[in-house]
Order: sequence, then structure tokens, then C-alpha cells
Amino acid sequence: MNLLFFCISRLLQLVPVLLGITIVAFLLLRVMPGDPATLMLGSRGTPEDIAALTSQLGLDRPLWQQYLSFLGDIARGSFGRSIAYKAEIGPLLIARLWPTLALVGLSTVIAVLMTIPLAMYTAVRRNGAVDHAVKFFFVTAMAMPPFWLGVLLVLPLAIAVPIFPVSGYGQDWLDKLHHLALPAFIIALGTAALTIRSLRSSIIAVLGADYVDTARAKGLPERSVLRRHVFRNSLTSTISVLAVHTSWVIGGTVVIETVFGIPGLGSLLVASISARDYPMVQGLTVTFAVLVVVINLLADIAYSIVDPRVSLS
Amino acid sequence: MKLLSQETVRRFKQNRNLQVGLFLLAVIVLTSLFGPSLVPYDPEELDFGNPLLAPTLQHPFGTDDLGRDVLARVVAAGQVDMQVVAVCVLLPFLIGSTIGLVSGYFGGWIDRVIMRFVDILWAFPFYVLVISIVGALGPSTTNIYLAFSLVVWISFARIVRGEVLLARRLEYTLAASVLGYSHARIMLRHILPNVITPAIVFMMADVVLTILGVTSLGFLGLGIQPPTPEWGVMIADGRNFIQDGWWISLFPGLAIVLVGLTFTLIGDGLDDLLRPKA
Repeated sequence: MNLLFFCISRLLQLVPVLLGITIVAFLLLRVMPGDPATLMLGSRGTPEDIAALTSQLGLDRPLWQQYLSFLGDIARGSFGRSIAYKAEIGPLLIARLWPTLALVGLSTVIAVLMTIPLAMYTAVRRNGAVDHAVKFFFVTAMAMPPFWLGVLLVLPLAIAVPIFPVSGYGQDWLDKLHHLALPAFIIALGTAALTIRSLRSSIIAVLGADYVDTARAKGLPERSVLRRHVFRNSLTSTISVLAVHTSWVIGGTVVIETVFGIPGLGSLLVASISARDYPMVQGLTVTFAVLVVVINLLADIAYSIVDPRVSLS
Repeated sequence: MKLLSQETVRRFKQNRNLQVGLFLLAVIVLTSLFGPSLVPYDPEELDFGNPLLAPTLQHPFGTDDLGRDVLARVVAAGQVDMQVVAVCVLLPFLIGSTIGLVSGYFGGWIDRVIMRFVDILWAFPFYVLVISIVGALGPSTTNIYLAFSLVVWISFARIVRGEVLLARRLEYTLAASVLGYSHARIMLRHILPNVITPAIVFMMADVVLTILGVTSLGFLGLGIQPPTPEWGVMIADGRNFIQDGWWISLFPGLAIVLVGLTFTLIGDGLDDLLRPKA
């Protein structure tokens, strides 16, 4: 009940942010210099074509009317019509949403699987050889452009020894997982670099707490002290690091989806920009921002479950 | 505030991160300045007789599909990329810090409006906004500067504002306002020096994000346009020859990693130097 109330009140707080997102996405392409219809048609547009497109897009109407009809489109779940696909944008976005969500989700799972053992080990054996090696590896990994890793790792892992597919998106879910594994791993390296650092330092902080000494003095085995008392209490700050970073990950899918030919929202954004499909770009920017907002909301809820002291109000 | 007190010098001598980082930065700057005159090849000169040569003493980084020397191109691209990154980091730093300073100092409705706007922009993933803006405006360095300025200032504004809110409560600020100093003088002379450190530390991390962003734009064909050598563009070029010429993509990427590593070390080092922990 309490949790439900918390969710509802958080959702209400989001309304102004969501409205703001639609305004920014709407204005983004209208404050640009030049006439959108002319830009979209490029050099092959005749004056008649430009006039027709201008009225089709409603660009001849006052700005507030255009915005209201944009909001109306969103409310109907359509986002208007795509110029390149000549179809309603909403259903196209839904179809593209799942590969992107799967990529973000899988990369987060991989990052967490790397983080937990490495952070615990390096926190307990800090300043050891493994600690230094892990730190150096992940600091370097953060500086690596994901698209570069995508281009290069294909050579040993997909061409020389064909463990992973070079690109594309499979048929059934196992095949899809196989196609997403390498790109998800590349994204996960950047995430893990942050979360390992964060979890390692909070574990070190918790290891110095009195209740850990108490647990040890009671004669609990070290394994159980670490798992039950240290680990759980170290998680909170890492969850918020993960949540803040998810926005970065979602943005990062734009490039990595293009590299691996995954039919998600990111590769659609790049294709739509190249095709000058402005209504599609507008719909995509709103979708990306809403994804970030929703994921932050989920992180808030996860936070309150892990740490009951966080008041649900 | 004395910047180079004996204490600071002592702390610098123990600060391995900062020393290594500054050394690498010197290497990068010197290579960008003098490299082009030391490499005996023109980065844009085609040599169809020698395409896709593997790295040798003659061509330490090999040649690309058009016979251009990859080393010469990596060095020339370094000049381009480092200049673009410098502007793309400094502009948002100046804009964001100013807005954060004003917002935090005056508070009230100015602060509420600005911070609401920051919250909204915050929801858009960095790459999505930058790519959309540059894509809509068309690829040019000016548009890249514009896109990064419009997107990244919010990080600096948030950091500086938070620090200003703390500093405003402290006694030296109260003392300055009791003395009747103008708002501008209190902000610039009294508050700014005490709040700017975290923004400078973040600026170093922002260099890493920005070099990845700028080269990503180049890689996608939305950034700096060929034939100007650029690291991201080079990696994209090498993609088609990954089996016969892996060096075309490898070396520009290593250059990006070197820049990223350098500024990560400088950022960590500055953090230790300027923000003593207990």
C-alpha cells in the first residue's frame, strides 16, 4: 500500500518533466535555422513539393497549434507520420523498443555479474596485485570508444574464431541473445568501470563499521559476514550510480546498435537523421527521454526496497 | 588563496596520478605541435602503389586502403580532435558555471526556473541530443560546438549551483554582504574561487566523455567530414578493411584511449590535490 502510494505520487511529480520533454523535443527541430520542409526534401524538392510537405507537417500553422497537435498525436500513441517510412510512427517505435531494452538490460546484467565478485575481492584484498590490475583495466576500458571495440573485437571473436555473429538480430530469443552478447558486453565494460569503483569503496567503508566487528565477534564465518552484513549495506550507493549511468547507456546504444546492425531505437535515430525524417527524430527524442525517466523511477523504487530507511514519501 | 603553497607542492610530489597524467598530456601536446613536421608523409597524400601495407619501420602504423600513411593521419587528426574537444569542453564549462553561480546565488524563482529546465534536459541521453542537434543542423565544427554547449552545460550548472548553495551559508559570504559589496563582487571574488574546484575536476572527466562523443559523431559520418583526418572517421574507414588492414582502425582508437587515460589520471590527481579528504 505504502509502495503503491509512493509510485503514484512519483508519477504525478513526473508530469511537469514529461511535458517539458515534449516541449524541448518539439522546439529542438523548430528553432533550427532554415525551413524544415526544404531541409527534408533537400535539393530535389520543387517549390510545390515543399509547399505540400509544409502543409502536411502543419508547419504553416502557428507554433502553439503545432505543439497542441503534436501533444494530441502523442496522446493517441502515434507521434505523427514518418516521412521515410510513410507510416504512423508509434507502432514503428514499439517494434524498435524491444531490441534496445534487451540490449540495455543484458548489458546491465553483465555489468552486475562482473561488479559483484570483482568489487568484493578487490575491497577485501585492497592494494593487492588483483586490485591494481582491475583498476587499471577498467580505467582503460572507460576511455575506449565502444564503436572502436565493436569494430575491432569482431576480428578475433566473430571472424577468426566465429563465436559471435558479426552483426544483426536473430530469430528466436536464444538467437537474439547470441546476437546481443558482444555489443552488450562492450557497453557493460563502461558500466562496470563505474560500479566496481563505487561498490568497492562502499564495501571498504562498511568493513570499518562497528556492526561488522560485532558480527565477527559473534563468531560468524567471514563468508557470512561479507554476504549478510557487508554486501547488502554497500549496495545503495551503487544502485544510484547504476541508475544515473543508465541514461548514458541508453544514449550509447545509438552508436553500438549502428555498429552491430541491431534494429533498435538507436540505429533508427541515426537512419532517421540521415534521411532527414524530422517527425521520426522528434518521436525518438521523446521516447529516449521517457525511457530515462522511467528507469530512474524504477531505480528509486529499487532503492527504497533495498534500504527501508528511505522513506516512501 | 595561494595556489602554490609549500603544502601544495609537497602534495604534488606525492601525487603519482597527476604527474603521469601531466607527462602524458605534454606528450600529446608536443606530438600535435611538432608531429606533423616529423612524420615524412602527407596525411592526405594518396599513394595507390602502396595500399594496405602492414606496419613496418617505413610506415610504423601501416598505410590505409588509399596508401595514406596511418601515422601521419593519426597525428594530423590529433590536432583536429584536440582542438574540437577543447572548445566542446570549455564552452559548456563557462556557460554552465556562470548559470550555476547565478542560479545558486540569487535563488528564488530564477533558481527554480533554471533548475526545472536542467531537470528536463537531464532526461535526454547525451548522445541522443548531440546527434539530433548536429544531424539537424548539418555536420560542421560550429554545429558540433553548438550541440555540446547546448547539452553539456547542465552538468556544470548542477555542480556549481550545489557548491554555491553551501558557500552562501558560510560566514565569509555573510561578511562580504555585510560590508556592502556588490553582488557581482561577492560572486566573482568571494564565492567563485571557493566553488569552482569540483567543476574543474569534472571538466577533466568531461574531456573523456567529449572525446568519445566527438569521435562517435565522426564515426557515424555526422561530425568532421573527410578528407580532414579525424580519429572517428578513420576508425569507420578501417571498418571495411578489418581483415586486411586492422591497423587502420586500431591506431586512431589507441590515440583516443591515450587521451582518455591522460585526462582520467589528471582528473583523479587534481581531485586528490585540490580536495583534501580529512
